[in-house]
Amino acid sequence: MIVGKLKKIVPLTILVAGLLSGAAVFAADAIKIGVAGPHTGANAAFGEQFWKGAEAAAKDINDAGGINGSMIELVKADDACEPKQAVAVANRLVDNDKVVAVVGHFCSSSTIPASEIYAEANILEITPASTNPKVTDRDLKNVMRMCGRDDQQGTVAGDYIIDKLKATKVAIIHDKDTYGQGLADATKARLNEKDIKEVLYEGLTRGEKDFNALVTKIKAADAEVVYFGGLHTEAGALIRQLREQGSKAVFISGDGIVSEQLVTAAGGPQFVEGVRHTFGRDPLTIPDSKEVAEKIQANGYKPEGYTLYAYATTQAIAEALKNAKTTDGDKLADWLKANGANTVLGKKEWDEKGDIKVSDYTMYVWDKDGKYKMEE
Amino acid sequence: MEFHILGQQLVNGLALGSIYGLIAVGYTMVYGIIGMINFAHGDVYMISAYITAICIAILSFFGISSAAFLIIITLIVTIVIVSLYGWSIERIAYKPLRNSPRLAPLISAIGVSLVLQNYVQVSQGAKTQAVPTILPGVFRFGTETDFFQITYIQVLLVVVSFASMALLTYIIQKTSLGRQCRAVQQDPKMAAILGINTDRIISTVFILGAAMAAIAGVLVTLNYGSFDFSVGFITGVKAFTAAVLGGIGSLPGAMLGGIILGMSESLFSGFVNTDYKDVFAFSLLVLVLIFRPSGLLGKPLVEKV
Repeated sequence: MIVGKLKKIVPLTILVAGLLSGAAVFAADAIKIGVAGPHTGANAAFGEQFWKGAEAAAKDINDAGGINGSMIELVKADDACEPKQAVAVANRLVDNDKVVAVVGHFCSSSTIPASEIYAEANILEITPASTNPKVTDRDLKNVMRMCGRDDQQGTVAGDYIIDKLKATKVAIIHDKDTYGQGLADATKARLNEKDIKEVLYEGLTRGEKDFNALVTKIKAADAEVVYFGGLHTEAGALIRQLREQGSKAVFISGDGIVSEQLVTAAGGPQFVEGVRHTFGRDPLTIPDSKEVAEKIQANGYKPEGYTLYAYATTQAIAEALKNAKTTDGDKLADWLKANGANTVLGKKEWDEKGDIKVSDYTMYVWDKDGKYKMEE
Repeated sequence: MEFHILGQQLVNGLALGSIYGLIAVGYTMVYGIIGMINFAHGDVYMISAYITAICIAILSFFGISSAAFLIIITLIVTIVIVSLYGWSIERIAYKPLRNSPRLAPLISAIGVSLVLQNYVQVSQGAKTQAVPTILPGVFRFGTETDFFQITYIQVLLVVVSFASMALLTYIIQKTSLGRQCRAVQQDPKMAAILGINTDRIISTVFILGAAMAAIAGVLVTLNYGSFDFSVGFITGVKAFTAAVLGGIGSLPGAMLGGIILGMSESLFSGFVNTDYKDVFAFSLLVLVLIFRPSGLLGKPLVEKV
């Protein structure tokens, strides 16, 4: 009897074991890369930019044979732009998903705490979008970025206000977040350097909708320019209320409003006309990136803002993994810093800290249809 | 200080305060009857923002552009649908727990709040949504350069807030329904013995509360022009604060609390510092509660014998 049963069980066990080991081989074969950003919440538009860009890059790399024969598998990680949740998802990416590298995060206030987790696990993290100086100023070898820094961005904005707009009365508003306040401070520093003292410097609260009191204060201060460090949700409401109260001050912000969601947040394109923001040079002027952008567009998604940056980040990670032949975060970072990477945004090179060597911030302006383009 | 700036800040505070008050009235109604905080109230308000947008889109599709007509139809549709939500919330989260400890329905209401937020996020997307400006225009007072203004929508907000509060106060104080409500509030068991259908009264109160949230949802959405699935949270917290400040359970108190909160935020932000306006508003709340633990217009709790 027992022998009879065993006879039945043994082949089954072998079969199951075979299946399991097959699965294990397959799992080892895929190279997991995390895509971390705000996939839900008020800033989900940016998470979508990340995901669409990384997804397109992974598909193109896999179609071309993957990384030394292994396929890339992306893992979505949602931080909702909240520092606490960012740490939690970073731990999950490291411990459960066992990713070898991370594209992300978006908000600097999320990138900074999450990067500590990646540093401990020695995993390469490249953020396509976090511009706060502290991201790379903490001597973490494994942390790099694909975008510029807020001190560079603030300088461009400050010079623009002084040289192009010839304005002297500037109100500086921020959202009290690492990114927003950092950017506002960088612009303020540049203005102060050139002997322009801001007429107002205040912080609003993320998530609120009513900034009328602040708008009245901006008007009372007679500001010609309102510089805002923050994201599109608050920027939209602020712009709307400024215009509703009849202020004609020029509204300038940074890369945090690079999404057509700004128009929605303001409640109509008529409000955003004339708004300006700093952002990297339009990648669509590079032939390679134009082709990629058209491919993403053909899939029904407009590759705006940081989409191509996420694409480029995924490419850089793949190139490092392919050539350095290791998953050691520090070594991958060393390889990228030594060799640079050819990306959809052109050839990118990094300095010792992990910042890109050439930053190309320039000013964009929004038109009455709610579109933005590089200012001539 | 120039007069027109002070005027503008007072208008800002009044408009913001009316919004808080309008939502606070919903909190305070439910508390007044069953002595419990409806934590899903902010999310009911959020739902009504979505229904407003959908309703305006459909009406515009049929070529209706008269602002008055649009607003009235949207209000009616939103109130009807959102009242259904209010009624269902009571059925799902409160009725089965009628005789449980006080904490149980509190938790289940928080659960409803989470369900509503996530359901909207999944079904409608996490993105910000917008409604078109359908009632543009402002009243301006003062000279060409030095003026203060109030938009038509803000006027509507203030008027509707006070009117709703007055209407609800009338219903509670003067009608048969109101008498039954007060009876249930004072002693549900005795009211039931005297032939009042307490379950029905509690359902009605939830429907009234939801209708207030619906009115707020329509007007506030038209005022700010945009919303997302998480708007219920901050507005809900602020409105709840207003209800506590005014004395939870008291309808005029909710309105008063809303106006005081709105004014203090506005004036502090306008003349002192925006960064600390919440610190100021909540310090005010703490101070009021130290000296009047049941709020400005709340009745002190008397232990029943």
